[in-house]
Amino acid sequence: MKLSGLEPLVLNENSNFINVGERTNVAGSRKFLRLIKEEQFDEALDIARHQVDGGAQIIDINMDDGLIDGKEAMVKFLNLIAAEPDICRVPIMIDSSKWEIIEAGLQVVQGKCVVNSISLKEGEDKFIWEAKQIKRYGAAVIVMAFDEVGQADNYERRIEIAKRSYDILVNKVGFPSEDIIFDLNVFPVATGMEEHRKNAIDFIEATRWVRENLENVSVSGGVSNVSFSFRGNNLVREAMHSVFLYYAIQAGMNMGIVNPAMLEVYDDIPKDLLEHIEDVILDRRDDATERLLEFAETVKGVSKEKTVDLSWREGSLQDRITHALVKGIDAFIIEDVETARQEAEKPIDVIEGHLMIGMNVVGDLFGAGKMFLPQVVKSARVMKKAVAYLNPFIEAEKSDKQEPVGKILMATVKGDVHDIGKNIVSVVLACNNYEIVDLGVMVPPEKIIETAIKERVDAIGLSGLITPSLDEMVYLAKEMQRQNFELPLLIGGATTSKAHTAVKIDTQYQNAVVHVNDASRAVTVVGDLLNKKTANEYVAKLKADYEDFRTKFLKRGKEKSYISIVEARQKKYAIDWDTSMIVKPKELGVQVLKQLSLKDLLPFIDWSPFFRSWDLHGKFPDILNDEVVGEQATHLYEDAQAMIQQVIAKQALKPKGVFGLFEANAINDDDISVQKKGKEVAVFRTLRQQLKKRDGIPNIALADFIAPKETGKTDYMGAFCVGIFGAQELAQSYKDKDDDYNAIMAQAIADRFAEAFAEYLHKQVRTKHWGYAEDEDLTNDDLIKENYKGIRPAPGYPACPDHLEKETIWELLDVEELIGVQLTESLAMWPAAAVSGYYFANPEAKYFGLGKITDDQVTDYATRKGIDKDKARKWLHPNIAE
Amino acid sequence: MSNIKQALQERILVLDGAMGTMLQQYKFTEEDFRGERFKDYPIPLQGNNDLLSITQPKAIKTIHAKYFDAGADIVETNTFSGTTIAMADYQMEDLVYELNYQSAKIAKEVADEFTAKEPHKPRFVAGSIGPTNRTASMSPDVNDPGYRAVTFDELRIAYKQQVEALIDGGADLLLVETVFDTLNAKAALFAIEEVKEERGMDIPIMLSGTITDASGRTLSGQTAEAFLISVSHIPLLSIGFNCALGANLLQPHLEAIANKTDFAISAHPNAGLPNAFGEYDETPEEMGEQIEEYLKKNLINIIGGCCGTTPEHIKVIANIAAKYKPREKLLVSSY
Repeated sequence: MKLSGLEPLVLNENSNFINVGERTNVAGSRKFLRLIKEEQFDEALDIARHQVDGGAQIIDINMDDGLIDGKEAMVKFLNLIAAEPDICRVPIMIDSSKWEIIEAGLQVVQGKCVVNSISLKEGEDKFIWEAKQIKRYGAAVIVMAFDEVGQADNYERRIEIAKRSYDILVNKVGFPSEDIIFDLNVFPVATGMEEHRKNAIDFIEATRWVRENLENVSVSGGVSNVSFSFRGNNLVREAMHSVFLYYAIQAGMNMGIVNPAMLEVYDDIPKDLLEHIEDVILDRRDDATERLLEFAETVKGVSKEKTVDLSWREGSLQDRITHALVKGIDAFIIEDVETARQEAEKPIDVIEGHLMIGMNVVGDLFGAGKMFLPQVVKSARVMKKAVAYLNPFIEAEKSDKQEPVGKILMATVKGDVHDIGKNIVSVVLACNNYEIVDLGVMVPPEKIIETAIKERVDAIGLSGLITPSLDEMVYLAKEMQRQNFELPLLIGGATTSKAHTAVKIDTQYQNAVVHVNDASRAVTVVGDLLNKKTANEYVAKLKADYEDFRTKFLKRGKEKSYISIVEARQKKYAIDWDTSMIVKPKELGVQVLKQLSLKDLLPFIDWSPFFRSWDLHGKFPDILNDEVVGEQATHLYEDAQAMIQQVIAKQALKPKGVFGLFEANAINDDDISVQKKGKEVAVFRTLRQQLKKRDGIPNIALADFIAPKETGKTDYMGAFCVGIFGAQELAQSYKDKDDDYNAIMAQAIADRFAEAFAEYLHKQVRTKHWGYAEDEDLTNDDLIKENYKGIRPAPGYPACPDHLEKETIWELLDVEELIGVQLTESLAMWPAAAVSGYYFANPEAKYFGLGKITDDQVTDYATRKGIDKDKARKWLHPNIAE
Repeated sequence: MSNIKQALQERILVLDGAMGTMLQQYKFTEEDFRGERFKDYPIPLQGNNDLLSITQPKAIKTIHAKYFDAGADIVETNTFSGTTIAMADYQMEDLVYELNYQSAKIAKEVADEFTAKEPHKPRFVAGSIGPTNRTASMSPDVNDPGYRAVTFDELRIAYKQQVEALIDGGADLLLVETVFDTLNAKAALFAIEEVKEERGMDIPIMLSGTITDASGRTLSGQTAEAFLISVSHIPLLSIGFNCALGANLLQPHLEAIANKTDFAISAHPNAGLPNAFGEYDETPEEMGEQIEEYLKKNLINIIGGCCGTTPEHIKVIANIAAKYKPREKLLVSSY
């Protein structure tokens, strides 16, 4: 039997038992019934999703209830499921006793479904007519062992009805025999009634007969019926289900409705219990039922439940509030704050008293390294919730508002879109009672200046991740000097460094400039800067420190020596093109991916950088067991997993990607000519290492990995861009709820998915689209360690630090048009969770760092690229040797 | 009719190329589209290519003849949008029967001329049944995922009307093509089965899906194999893919189904991917080279072209196809 949702489900002799999810059945699940009645379809969908995630290979949907319009509910629910790829990837079982509901269901599902069920109950004519319709709709069918006389309840009747149904379907209707599934009626055993004794064994034996005599068919059944008489004793029921399945599957039952939560592992059933149950199922003893009933009493009520420790609720009010803040628990905070408010003279006292006492504990623990960033951000969430609750009371009293200790402007500079770090610092400062004016991302300098004046801020914090942002920061420092600002300037973000700050920014501005790359330092630094008593002294010390650092740094830089670009080219990385293997891509040209599921990307996630973005340092998964941060890392990881589940369920993030594979040749030593059918369509300019090296060590440029035109060989290269859409909106939706923790989490997860997508796509390219490594077999760990053949360097990163080449990629792949990832004026990608780069397939291609280059290469590069030298200097300057 | 099945045993059959690309060369004006009959029609008609079967039948016949000349065994009727649903854009729902009937009729006339000239190579007319401009399993409104702009029954009724007219006009077979939503295709197949039963006749059906991007799925999200399974309940003459991708990019998806079915396999890819101006610029030779790869791998029974292909493309493809044996149907074990 073959079925389909978005993906195929093929059942053959070698298949394992097919598990049908049963919770989306109003007759079987009270919760589902309530949700459908109340039209809470989102939650109803969650049940379906949970089934699929839990391993159901088909989901059974039943809307037969007197109080709902079954046809309407079936259509509505199936339509909604069709919009959830993680649910509708599996085939649907349309379950109803009413034909009009079955037909309505068949009309809205694109895949090959199973109809549950039809039977001879109302005679042959109806049976034949329905079967014909089902065949025409393209579904498989469950046939109940039921005829005009009644339901089959013994061995003979089961095989009699099955045989008759089969003959009619195959011979009169022409129904494909492999699409017939028999439900041979699972009935309860151990009811105390003599005639029920053989219920299980008859089912099992009838199953054996049907599978041996009726070619190609399947046998199904609802397993939980068998243990019906032991309702309330799950331990016995779970064991009965697995014993029943154990024998029924051996007899040929190949699918069924089974609740995986109600199933014991056969081998784990205690020997004595197993024996009693087998006696009942297989009807081995006259007193089997009595013996099992007796035994069941002794094993009743073994509870597996886990309780949450709530003992902290017994402490004093202040202890409870402090505990909630330190542990980041928001469940009781409103209740506690309300108690505090009633006791307090003014509502503001609760903030300045109870809450600040608690936050000071948080601050102390954080300062002492006993709390970690994710916890602090969670604390902030609880704090925000408490303050949000109190604010209306404070407003009502028109009392003085709480005085913040300072006002800080935070912004990610023009052209840059990365703000995770900035958001973390903002939250940490806000926790410490600073008022934050957050201007967001891509903020032009004029706006920063203007807002700083208007809002009378006490300090400005700038963030940036890509190298052009460094220039923006320098520019802003100059502007602040020109306009006679006196505010301290804080610099942070992945691309910034103490060296750059000391050498380039500090020299432009006479007042305080501090490089703060660590959220935990931000509080002390800002505290020192704004403390009127000590600020002057602190700033003077800072200036002196940077001066000193600058001198040492500049000295160090001069010790290195460089060779000319001409000389460097003579020392290029030499690949023997006569023997080097060039593989022609299977699919040349540009291709787009828009329908990928986030689930496909999950296995490719590299978690270590995720923890780094939260200031937790260590390698995943070891970090989860780290002595110091292990506990926090584990919590963070669990929260991340929970959010990922949600994001997948709601499709809140959408991956889109484009890549292209082209003919290519290296030309003029350092350029790569990209061709379509021999016609040049783009030229990538690569940069060459110029550091003087030992003899025999090459000075590499990426162009070295592509066969030069002179060889007469056609080589190939690729380019790609992948992006995760929706992170901004998702983060904002959390921010709107004062939940910075999850807002930051959303962005961090989107970043991980973008990197995972790049990894996934690279693998697809290696093994499929280009196909030069068709048989590679690498684990995710291998991928993180870059053990694959070929490389995917990205403009802006060490091998090719020049961001300008992104423009070439964008033109070549028509990136913006095809998937919507844009470039800002600083050539940052938007959305921020995006990766772009090149593909090189040569086995000798490897990652390297360009290092510093000298002026001759800058001039040469500008000429090659046809841009003026100033522009080239501007973009290359972080790599130009002083 | 049965001789198309016979021809399929003997050789790789060649389907025609694009109709739209050929019509563009005529640069028909609004007046040309209207002709005498629709000169006072209240809304603009330019772009309603299906209407040209009535207002410019000579052009349509010429294009069919060019494809037969180039070596095509099968031409498609000019009826890609010939349903009440697609024709609603031009308020021409009432014209649907006539459009399909005339399109089939003129194609059949050309086919018969060629068959008479070359009896050893009989020519066939495939009634083209497009996907319509609505999807039955997706919502056009992102904020209301449960909404549907068209129902199965609306599609079934519209397709039934088209199918009856195509058969009446003389179509030898039916081609349900460019399937981006399997549920739409299932409605078309349901309608065809109804017509077959009501008329007590049989007519071969070709079915061709569309894989839209490198994820390897249809627009409605199915993998190639899931798509195959979802439509295999009807005894098809062939199943395959067309449009959206060039020949090279289509190959993996053909491979994904070729060894999983005993229906014949068809492909009519685009002439590459569109360039920045939306034009297809793959030459006949380039396309031929890629298609030869299919044939070398024994993947194909019916081959032709979609967007951007011309009689020159079909000529090259027909010449290549003549050199290879058709894919041998596998005996797929039944489960």
